[in-house]
Amino acid sequence: MATEGQQHPIKIYFLIWLLLFVFSFFSYLVDYLDLQGNLRWFLIVVFMLLKAGFIVAIFMHMKWERFALIFGILLPPIALVVLMFLMAIESNYAWNTRVWYMGEDMAPKPKPPEHLHHGESEEETHY
Amino acid sequence: MTDTTLSTQESIFTSTARDWSSDMSTFKGVPWGKAMMWIFLLSDTFIFTCFLVGYMVMRMTVTEPWPVASEVFALTVWGVSVPLLLIAIMTFILITSSGTMAMAVNMGYQRRKWAVFWLMVATAALGASFVGMQCFEWTKLILERVRPWYNPMGAPQFGSIFFMVTGFHGLHVSVGVAYLLIVATRVVRGKYDHTNFEIVEITGLYWHFVDLVWVFIFAFFYLW
Repeated sequence: MATEGQQHPIKIYFLIWLLLFVFSFFSYLVDYLDLQGNLRWFLIVVFMLLKAGFIVAIFMHMKWERFALIFGILLPPIALVVLMFLMAIESNYAWNTRVWYMGEDMAPKPKPPEHLHHGESEEETHY
Repeated sequence: MTDTTLSTQESIFTSTARDWSSDMSTFKGVPWGKAMMWIFLLSDTFIFTCFLVGYMVMRMTVTEPWPVASEVFALTVWGVSVPLLLIAIMTFILITSSGTMAMAVNMGYQRRKWAVFWLMVATAALGASFVGMQCFEWTKLILERVRPWYNPMGAPQFGSIFFMVTGFHGLHVSVGVAYLLIVATRVVRGKYDHTNFEIVEITGLYWHFVDLVWVFIFAFFYLW
């Protein structure tokens, strides 16, 4: 078994390759069409997870590995998901403190980037 | 193949428990180099996720305005400002390179050494062009006075996160380009003739991981 390696028909690689292009195109389209709010976040996450899943499963051959390896590699990142949720709770708290108790602006508007407003800025340089 | 046939009859948990408790090699049928590469990639996953979780905390707590990525990374083509154009091109380049790498792995198991060599060189060239575009992007932002500690559009954290995350990813791509070229040269020089060319698959794992990380950076940093 050790000498067999991961040999699979080329067809599946081309299929996944094509799918990755399609998903990337769609996620770019989300930005190009300027979708906002929950729809935007939902679509971004869906296309991201689809792409990541296909890369790991097919290109990295996880689909064909033994479960001893699949579990060994794919279960530890659950800790990262937990970290993400804990930090999200903590961040919510920090933001609430800053806005409710320290009087920070809730939805400040960013200035346009330099290449859009073309004028000279009155601020000092920070080199 | 006999033990695979056997293991499909028992549950995946039983087979996993047996592999892990066998007092022998845990990852049966997996070359040690490949197992080590997977474990390295797992540790790298933790590093990149910590960066991205740090970025999430920043985005969720910052009370200064966060720049609009699709404006910041817009390119003007023939007088029209196209949002996020450069990033989209970089994404497509990286996916193309992932495809050529997958082909190289396939050719490797067919022992077609020159096909492996040229496909890996093509992958490296695409990776190098990706790094080149990243340099262009960095230059553009630096000229617009974005610094790791300052950002004229609003929250200075934008600068820190941008340079740290894309810099770390770009470093991975650059190292990957060198790795690909070294392995490609060694393949045609016959250094792996006694093996089954699993080294190409191991190199491929690293390269696909770099692409995988970009999928998350693209979604969270550029699109969010």
